[in-house]
Amino acid sequence: MSDKIIEMKNVNKWFGDFQVLKDVNLEVNQKQKIVVCGPSGSGKSTLIRCINRLEEHQKGTIIVDGNELTEDTKNIEKIRAEVGMVFQQFNLFPHLSILDNCTLAPIWVKKMPKKQAEEMATKQLEKVQIVDQAKKFPGQLSGGQQQRAAIARALCMEPKIMLFDEPTSALDPEMIKEVLDAMVNLAKGGMTMIVVTHEMGFAKEVADEVIFMDEGMIVERAATKEFFANPKSDRTKLFLSQIL
Amino acid sequence: MSKINLLKPDKQNLSTYLYSGSFLFFIAIFDVFLSSFFGINITSFLPNSISFLLPLILGIVGLHLIRIEFSGIKNLDLLNKNINTSTFNAVLTLLIIFTVIKSIPPIMSWFIIDANIAGDTKEACTGSGACWTYIKIWLNRFIYGMYPNELQWRINISFILLIALAFVGLIPSEKIKKFLTLYYVVIYPIIAFILIYYLISGGSLGLEWVETGAWGGLSLTFIVSFFCLIFCFPVGMFLALGRRSELPTLRYISVGFIEFWRGVPLITVLFMSSVMFPMFLPEDFFMDKLVRVIIAISLFEAAYVAEVIRGGLQALPRGQYDAAKSLGMGYWKMHIFVILPQALKLVIPGIANTFLALVKDTPLIFVVGLLEIVGMLNLAKTNPKWLGFAMEGYVFAAIIFWIICYAMSRYSYNLELKYKTER
Repeated sequence: MSDKIIEMKNVNKWFGDFQVLKDVNLEVNQKQKIVVCGPSGSGKSTLIRCINRLEEHQKGTIIVDGNELTEDTKNIEKIRAEVGMVFQQFNLFPHLSILDNCTLAPIWVKKMPKKQAEEMATKQLEKVQIVDQAKKFPGQLSGGQQQRAAIARALCMEPKIMLFDEPTSALDPEMIKEVLDAMVNLAKGGMTMIVVTHEMGFAKEVADEVIFMDEGMIVERAATKEFFANPKSDRTKLFLSQIL
Repeated sequence: MSKINLLKPDKQNLSTYLYSGSFLFFIAIFDVFLSSFFGINITSFLPNSISFLLPLILGIVGLHLIRIEFSGIKNLDLLNKNINTSTFNAVLTLLIIFTVIKSIPPIMSWFIIDANIAGDTKEACTGSGACWTYIKIWLNRFIYGMYPNELQWRINISFILLIALAFVGLIPSEKIKKFLTLYYVVIYPIIAFILIYYLISGGSLGLEWVETGAWGGLSLTFIVSFFCLIFCFPVGMFLALGRRSELPTLRYISVGFIEFWRGVPLITVLFMSSVMFPMFLPEDFFMDKLVRVIIAISLFEAAYVAEVIRGGLQALPRGQYDAAKSLGMGYWKMHIFVILPQALKLVIPGIANTFLALVKDTPLIFVVGLLEIVGMLNLAKTNPKWLGFAMEGYVFAAIIFWIICYAMSRYSYNLELKYKTER
């Protein structure tokens, strides 16, 4: 078995006339942690949203865990269940308690017995240290707690891959750390992760490789140390000089 | 004691201003009260116009004197802030108070003091007020329509059973709670239908058949409203989802359906249901008038419900869809567990609005010859023995409708509070 879990070949995507992804090629191995950075509007979010087909690509192939993503959507829900995603705006379900947020999908998508799902949810909430908030509703939690709950919710599906779409961008500065800590723990546990973020500290600590995107193209992809020490393209150098 | 300036009341002479102001204000109210309730004009010695305007002038001066900012008296400050901020506000306040005082005696006299309720003929009504005898004599018809008197126990039992069964949700048992939605959405309407079909309509089980043309009055209002509410909601929900579907055929059908029903007046829909619809049916196919009317109203209201629900669906952030999808939920799971619970909660006020309008539209079924409560009133008022009591009838109907609608409105408000969650 190949340990490539995600394969993107010549992926192109347009929003109307505007091309957001231009010939993107990306391969991700199992247990790899990849950080995607770049200026806003560079297609980072679109890239990872294509991986669980929240966005459809128009050209090229995307293969996730051996399944090609195509118009034929028969197995798309199965693939999505294997790919966890954490959003910038948390997107917890406000009408459900934190515990119910975590057990909803395992019970109804994976047909897990309720008791087992609740045990799983408790375990995951413990990992992100908010098990004491399980009975509360999302609106009663702070931003950092909500984002950690969202991570726990995604983990309850026991995904093979986790996608993070700017998970700390909507948070107050003092809450960023608690979310990053949860992500670092997750990385240490051996999860395959693709993280869109501007937190370069996190990238240095966790990532195996860093991808720099601009105008819908992958400009540079390098091992983390290499990326920060010797960026090759001028565009990357400029970007790094601005955010570091 | 500092100088008293009548134009600028201030805090130094608080009690002086307060007492004199309140005194003038109460004199003004008292004057109106006397003239309204006892017809006594204590200022009759003054010229007519001045006597007429005096309470207002006294009131304005009185309120001006007590208009003291930051007086330190909590109630006075509250009063000033709410009804006495300026002379204009003071005038409005006084006029409202005067209108209320002035309108109480005539209303009281019409409703109670000069009204009659005794006797059983028109001649018993001798007072100048309402003739409640009329309502009393016709009450049975207003409630049961032309349903035979000796069979009315069937309606009573059906309604008592239905009301009792509606409270099943209050049983505090975890086992039952799981099935409550199923119960209210599917089982309860079926029970209601069975009761109405076998008990009220009859024709089998040894019960005499009562044709729907004889049904009427308040009980018919309830039957029509109940079934229309139950049917129009799911239909409206599917139409709303259909209108937002990605499948073009489904979308265009939904849009077409909604726009058609929203574009025609209910009265023509009812006409068509009873006059034109049977023409398209096979000769031997018979569908009861009442059933046709209920279907027509349900489809009509479903179009409105659909648009209300669509508003709720559009108010949800896209992230909710993304999150549900990313967890592997398909279309139906996503809508049943994530989207609809939130959207429906948002549109409770709008749905309640539509439902209230529906209940108040039911009198229109008179165009197909079904007489619910207002229809029965119209029939009764043209009875030669009881001519001239239209007013009593309409007031009675207004009160009944108001009670029904207010109850529904309170219920929807409670639902809103129950499902309120912080975002």
